[in-house]
Amino acid sequence: MKVAVIKYNSGNVQSVLYALERLGAEALLTDDPELISKADRVIFPGQGEASTAMDYLKSKNLDKLIPELKQPFFGVCLGLQLLCAYSEENDTECLGIFPIQVKKFIPEDYREFKVPHVGWNNLQELNSPLLKGLDDSAYVYYVHSYYAELSEFTIARTHYISDFSALLHRNNFFAVQAHPEKSGPTGQKILNNFLSL
Amino acid sequence: MLTKRIIPCLDIKEGRTVKGVNFVELRDAGDPVELAKIYSDQGADELVFLDITATVDKRKTLAELVTKVAKAINIPFTVGGGIGTIEDVKILLQAGADKISINSAATKNPKIINEMAREFGSQCIVVAIDTRNVDGIDFVFTHGGRQATVLKTQQWAKEVCERGAGEILLTSMDHDGTKAGFANEITAEISAQLSIPVIASGGAGKMSHFRDVFTFGKADAALAASIFHFKEIPIPELKAFLEKEMISVRP
Repeated sequence: MKVAVIKYNSGNVQSVLYALERLGAEALLTDDPELISKADRVIFPGQGEASTAMDYLKSKNLDKLIPELKQPFFGVCLGLQLLCAYSEENDTECLGIFPIQVKKFIPEDYREFKVPHVGWNNLQELNSPLLKGLDDSAYVYYVHSYYAELSEFTIARTHYISDFSALLHRNNFFAVQAHPEKSGPTGQKILNNFLSL
Repeated sequence: MLTKRIIPCLDIKEGRTVKGVNFVELRDAGDPVELAKIYSDQGADELVFLDITATVDKRKTLAELVTKVAKAINIPFTVGGGIGTIEDVKILLQAGADKISINSAATKNPKIINEMAREFGSQCIVVAIDTRNVDGIDFVFTHGGRQATVLKTQQWAKEVCERGAGEILLTSMDHDGTKAGFANEITAEISAQLSIPVIASGGAGKMSHFRDVFTFGKADAALAASIFHFKEIPIPELKAFLEKEMISVRP
């Protein structure tokens, strides 16, 4: 199976490639629209800042390409946020696959809730073939300061300060806020389920 | 619920682990990749690799090691030790490290924290602070606790947070190696004044020390080396203990 991992100016894509390798997939890091269109699966990884990432996507016309893709597509971390309609991070219009907003964590008391939300937290109300074999004892690794609000597209939630969308699904588009490539056996299962869709 | 993290630390010299390890299942006690894999399988939440090599071509050896580790394990790991420039960070992140930790480079040139955070994002910049109490005042030390600075620990912690550090790794040089428990007081003080997570380090000897640093010390994560290497405290037992003590950990 050929998996295109969308290349843009974001950190640590390498871990995603290694994780795919471990699962026996043929992973290719690319920003070439043709290669992306032809791949069996597309992964949109990410770490970094929303407006810079959107600018880069636009410069490569990927903002036009991504919504047109028909194969299973998986946004990870910042990738999830960019698939939403809007991010509070530097007032950024995003791709709008999920008609929801990305908001900043604002705790009432920083002594109780640090921002970014860093570490292992569990998934709740899991409801998708993407999460087959997992239940609410599944912990995934998070590092983020912004979150997608809950919506009809939420297929699992996580609680930090409030409930947010841990995973989203609409048509062929899936997205996860945590880092499955860094989430031990649980993350491996999610990636494997994605490849098996 | 967000869980408290347990982080084994591996000291690396010329691409090999040092300080000795005591695992029967290890074929090669010096191989960091093999040890990382065992810790990951045992349920470690993250790993820290601290490079103590002093040679010039260390960066290349370290980057190669980072790649091997990143290929072998799927939990986050931090690399630290002698990192001073944007270029150092870029090489290690590209090799597959999730976070890097800086220490003396930051005390020498605090602006480097801003630059690194801007370039790579706060989430991958950990600032390590070695603290020692001198006549009732907590000062920042560098070079493995040998060199004093004029920086007061509480103020410095606040400054690195404002400059864009994503996490603080706080090591009490007074407690390090004593196995008498973490420095709960200063850890709590720093954790309470900062909006970013604090990893406590130095002094772990018993399972109850971890409970204490999470409750009294308000730490978000706890790091230890020898007690894990010598299997004095196996990670699964530690997590079972903490769970019984009502501290949320990843099963």
